[in-house]
Amino acid sequence: MTLALFAAGVLTGCPSSDASRDGIEPRSMADTLHAVIESNRTTYTRRVVNRLTKEYEVVRASEHWKDEPTLPLPAQMFRMGAELVAEQDTGLTYALLSTWPINKQNRARTDTETEGLRFVADNEDENFYAVETLGGQRYFTAVYADKAVSPACVSCHNEHRDSPRTDFELGDVMGGVVIRIALDR
Amino acid sequence: MSRRLLALWTVGSLVAAGALGFLLWRPSLFEAMPVDRTVFLPGATSDGHYQIELDCEACHTAGFGGREVIQDACVECHGAELERVDDSHPKSKFVDPRNADRIAVLDARECVTCHQEHRPGITSEMGLSLPSDLCYRCHEDVGEERPTHAGLPFDSCANVGCHNFHDNRALYEDFLVEHRHEPPLRRVARISWTDLPRSVDAERRAPLGPGDHDAPPDLRDLDRWVTEWAGTTHAMAGTQCSDCHRTADGGWSDTVTVENCGACHEFEEEGFLASRHGMRIERSMPPMRPGLARLPMQPEAAEETLDCNACHGAHDFDPQQAAAQACLGCHADEHSLSWERSPHAALWRAEVAGEGSPGSGVSCATCHLPRGSDPRRRSRSVVFHNQNDFLRPREKQIRSSCLECHGLPFVLDSLADPELVTTNYAGPPSVHVESIHYASVLRWKLEGREPPWQDERNPKGTQP
Repeated sequence: MTLALFAAGVLTGCPSSDASRDGIEPRSMADTLHAVIESNRTTYTRRVVNRLTKEYEVVRASEHWKDEPTLPLPAQMFRMGAELVAEQDTGLTYALLSTWPINKQNRARTDTETEGLRFVADNEDENFYAVETLGGQRYFTAVYADKAVSPACVSCHNEHRDSPRTDFELGDVMGGVVIRIALDR
Repeated sequence: MSRRLLALWTVGSLVAAGALGFLLWRPSLFEAMPVDRTVFLPGATSDGHYQIELDCEACHTAGFGGREVIQDACVECHGAELERVDDSHPKSKFVDPRNADRIAVLDARECVTCHQEHRPGITSEMGLSLPSDLCYRCHEDVGEERPTHAGLPFDSCANVGCHNFHDNRALYEDFLVEHRHEPPLRRVARISWTDLPRSVDAERRAPLGPGDHDAPPDLRDLDRWVTEWAGTTHAMAGTQCSDCHRTADGGWSDTVTVENCGACHEFEEEGFLASRHGMRIERSMPPMRPGLARLPMQPEAAEETLDCNACHGAHDFDPQQAAAQACLGCHADEHSLSWERSPHAALWRAEVAGEGSPGSGVSCATCHLPRGSDPRRRSRSVVFHNQNDFLRPREKQIRSSCLECHGLPFVLDSLADPELVTTNYAGPPSVHVESIHYASVLRWKLEGREPPWQDERNPKGTQP
């Protein structure tokens, strides 16, 4: 990834002169990446998992898909892609987090994550942006609402024994996609 | 010291350091020099690496690289296994900046954080060079989510039957709960992998007879070799003499190399070269000999060299011989020597004698070099030749062999009993692992049910 990233003006969304000349603003970049990530996620959830497990009922989706001939859950598919990206050390990382995670590792761990998840839950059509410092490195962090896009999302979360919330309905905000872009690299 | 002497001393030191550096990192330039590289070892290496410790370049792949060079070397040899076992703590979990605070207390992105080499004074089993309570650094609050774990000492996390840092395929909660009611011995107790057709990386050809061989006619003892070959599965599968005895330039060699075997048994070759038996060959070092081993070995086998023929014989490819007697020809530790007196061995002898059904016996290889589904083609079977994948932690053997015959509760208790390990599982376990009970309690609580504290796994009804 050769895009030049700049911190100036990220929270206001105003492009700096350097950015407009040489690269893309972190916020624009995060929004673009989110569009790709969310589209892939929605497609897998609706066209593969929901279609095969709910409509045709020919295969199950299971968190133990490596042990069984089943489909990975949409959240697992998302994480596998995120881990592959993280391994490439491009300065981009992303995660699917929630205030009500089935896997407790996916709850907020930083103040920005906590604030961001709360914001998108309360303002489902708005995104949350911030700059945070983690391990001495500054990051542009964006949080986007993650909604229940298919019946499979709702039934799985409401019926899973590890789920701390069981009253989700189609279209509800279930968590958030957190995208981080390393600044000053 | 005069300025001239100081200058001379400085130049001399630089030259000596340069020569030492070249010697370590460019040994090929000094191949003609009889150098004992042991003088460069900063400390004894771990049990996993001592065989190749004089091949410094195996780990120090670049002369002046930092930790990243070592990391690449670790992944080069161990990465595939970690991926295969679905590593519970992969690097990818820790490169996410949201875990930066965890990295600060335990940098799990690099293997050497927990596995330093050349530090025998602080190195324990499996090359761990950190105190065994390392889990507390990230899981200090485990008792909040799992009340069963509150108060448990952190140096017990990795007890047999509880947790492993990398391979938890037989220890995760859902797996424990799913298998919690299994009996000690299954109604049909046999290794089912033997039912799968074998995976061979060669086209099966028409069977060959003694008159079809293509060995050189002037070969010494030719009739004997041809007779032996004609009775093998190789001849039955149309494998010619020259298929195995071919040299790189197409000529004839009386001996057969690992590479020759690998032409048709690629998966097995790869495993062997990664194993304790073959890792020296992989590093272009002289083959391993039992005399070099740290484990007790039979003295008369000290100078045997370990290649494919060491276990499989020259033309006698009897897999049953290779699965037990070949091992005992070298290994002389208590666990190995006890096998002959174990129930497993009795079943093995019955199977070999044709009195037991295929897969009903348990040899050394059943547990440590098991047959299993070919990861490349699941409907076929291969033999895993890298015993590191089925050695320690002992739970590595659970899914590949133990569960074929025994239920998980019995298996966990048996593996956790050190006396049983020494006697090669000569009787029932005398220790009890709580893992399954803990996982069941959690399941009941999550499902909103009051745990039945007293059950077959917790006869005293002890509440955690």
